[in-house]
Amino acid sequence: MTWLPVHPVRATARAVAVAGCVALVAVLGACSGSKTPAVPYVAPQGVSEKEIVFGTHQPLTGPAAAGYSKIAAATKAYFDYVNAKGGVHGRKIIYRIEDDGYNPANTQTVVRKLVEQDKVFAILNGLGTPTHSAVLSYLKDAEIPDLFVSSGSPAWNQPGKYPGTFAFQPDYTTEAKVVGHYLKTASAFAGQKICSFAQDDDYGASYLTGLETGLGTPVTARATYVTSNPNVAPQVDKLRDAGCDVVVLATIPSFTARFISTAAKLGWRPQYVAAYPAGEYGTVAATLGDEKDLLEGMVGAGFLPAVANVSDPWIKLFTRINQDFNGGVAFDGHVLYGMAVGYLVVQVLQKAGREITVDKLIATLEKGGFRGPGLVPFSYSATSHAGYAGVRLSKVTGGVQDYFGPAYVTDAGSAPVTEYTEATATPPDSGIPSA
Amino acid sequence: MNRILAGTPTIVRRAGWAAVLVLAGVATTFVLPAGRIFPFSQFVVYLGAAAGLTVLMGLSGQLSLGHAAFMAVGGYTMAFTQNALYERGFTVAPPAGGSGRFASAAPPVAALWTLPVSLLAGVVAAVLAGALVGLAAARLRGPYLAGVTLTIGIAVPSVTATFAVLGGEQGFAVQVPRRPSWLAADIATEAQWRAWLALVATAIMLAVLANLSRGPLGRDLRAVRDDEVAAALAGIPVARTRVLAFVVSAASAGLAGGLYVYLTGTVLPGYFSFTTSLFLLLAAVLGGLGSLAGAAWGALFVVAVPIATAELVGALHAGPALAQRLAGNLPLALLGLALIVVTLTARRRPRSPGWRAVRSLGRRGQDGRTPSGSLHPSAEDDRKVGAAP
Repeated sequence: MTWLPVHPVRATARAVAVAGCVALVAVLGACSGSKTPAVPYVAPQGVSEKEIVFGTHQPLTGPAAAGYSKIAAATKAYFDYVNAKGGVHGRKIIYRIEDDGYNPANTQTVVRKLVEQDKVFAILNGLGTPTHSAVLSYLKDAEIPDLFVSSGSPAWNQPGKYPGTFAFQPDYTTEAKVVGHYLKTASAFAGQKICSFAQDDDYGASYLTGLETGLGTPVTARATYVTSNPNVAPQVDKLRDAGCDVVVLATIPSFTARFISTAAKLGWRPQYVAAYPAGEYGTVAATLGDEKDLLEGMVGAGFLPAVANVSDPWIKLFTRINQDFNGGVAFDGHVLYGMAVGYLVVQVLQKAGREITVDKLIATLEKGGFRGPGLVPFSYSATSHAGYAGVRLSKVTGGVQDYFGPAYVTDAGSAPVTEYTEATATPPDSGIPSA
Repeated sequence: MNRILAGTPTIVRRAGWAAVLVLAGVATTFVLPAGRIFPFSQFVVYLGAAAGLTVLMGLSGQLSLGHAAFMAVGGYTMAFTQNALYERGFTVAPPAGGSGRFASAAPPVAALWTLPVSLLAGVVAAVLAGALVGLAAARLRGPYLAGVTLTIGIAVPSVTATFAVLGGEQGFAVQVPRRPSWLAADIATEAQWRAWLALVATAIMLAVLANLSRGPLGRDLRAVRDDEVAAALAGIPVARTRVLAFVVSAASAGLAGGLYVYLTGTVLPGYFSFTTSLFLLLAAVLGGLGSLAGAAWGALFVVAVPIATAELVGALHAGPALAQRLAGNLPLALLGLALIVVTLTARRRPRSPGWRAVRSLGRRGQDGRTPSGSLHPSAEDDRKVGAAP
């Protein structure tokens, strides 16, 4: 096995590499083994003998910072945990976190810095639809892998156009199809009028598409909002006058709280169903403050174990890592999300092998078969770069958001919604996935 | 230099200076580390837009608080034109060097000649928008003009974010030409190549702006700015001159917007937000209204300060909580502080006529008359500069 980095290194460095290789021969008995590869391994950008570098853009400041700023720190904590146990294939995982303030113009700058100056191997878990859209084609042109985008836009699943981009969470259409299917089939909602309150953008639109596909009929009434106009009273009036029994919220947490609070002030309390980005209980309850009792009975959707379920082995493992490597910040859905991202990355690196390349990474991901804390499997294949294939429904009872019923899987297209019956995986004792 | 070139026509001299600027810029892209090329290109683009704004404010005394809206008009028009040309099949083979999965997914790229065409289309659209706003602006003064441009600066990004045909908040990808195949990758990177083209376009625009502001139009603008009645008596069409100032300024912003889209390969409302308008205003004011060189300093400041503070915060090894709090806020605080310091200390600049436009926001009716702006130093101005405290 010869070591040929892309960028020329000093002869001494190469000598060290060769010496290391010789030492390896002594220990293992064979360096390149009997199945000698025809082409010597050329390490891609960001991969050296001792390190593999990932970078990300996150809203550490600005309007989206609340909650979201905890995600990358949690991922880094998981990497630190793995590094403390020797890393992956002898490499430490370096995670460079850049703040873009949820402003696409900043995303352009920081992602270019990560790629061109910090020389990252891949961009990981870049957060936000408008922000990440700004760098999608840049990353393709630069041939930098773009892993596990932190947004539910269906745009990340275009393997023909963006071969290096992979989603993480279920896309909004997939999620909403499951929710629509549930509302159609659950006896509690038989004959009820289903309505929607959605953000007037890609998020709201793709969620509505999925919802109506799942329901099989259009919603009774729909209302939309833009984030720049905080007054939602007209929309509340409209939906109440339409006689809605159920309001599906495809909103951001602040507008989830605003709608519920405004409706209550006008003396109206329909059944709420919140999309995944809309209904993280901790965030919405904090915004509602004294009115948080209004969230009782709210139906939500998720794909990771319930944070409240402290007996879950994944929650136990990640709480422990959070304590040791993340300064013991409050363990919530965002921390769990970040840890789950880290776990998947390590799993992929293990499977891709020591001689990792961009192509090998993509091929490994497309082979699929990753099991981690998720309640449903990933959709990854040669033809799909969509993330988790479905969701499980949750309900707020006594101030605790927990799951009920089975998990469901489907896709953003015409696949039917089916129950997912396989048992969830349990973490290995070491807390680190093996190859 | 000026003495050496004494016999040559002005336009040739300006073209010479523009060429020198481009060469210096190209040299800079070789000196800067790879990660700094994009911020440098951003600086070049902001310089172009700020120069247009400084001509409007310093020379014609009119105010625009929403100049990024003209950038948006230019940027979106450029984007649509570029994609339309691409779909018409004006393409070339993708650059070699793609590997594995990426190579198989590499579609043809737009031909190089489509870029000047689409940039020009953007400029034309911005000119139309500038004429429209200018027509309204010619009747408005001080705070009322500020109000109109402020509205435009806020409304245009919102409109682009609202309509699906414009790509909504996430915009859309633009098929821009890539580095030509004869330019080997080990000579210049894609980022460098794009910086060069931005430099060339901006230098041409600066030369045109300098020429216009020192020619008959510039003279008319200053005359109208200093005394409309006197200018009208001298036979200068006041309204038309004021509209022309808006048109010229919008054209530069439109080109800057198109260049920004070219640099990034995408177009989205976030590039042309109201914050961008304020940054342009800041760049123009910091550098001294009416001064093209000042616009360069201002643009450099606006681009460099956030980067420098981010590095500073990184170097401080502050705790994660403190670093998080400083990350986005410290640059803004520093920019604000710099604005206050410049306003208080740079005595000459605040007296420039464009400054009156800014000040008139707070003090309507106040109209102290000072001679020409620093874009156009006369012998009298030079003496005053020398005598300034």
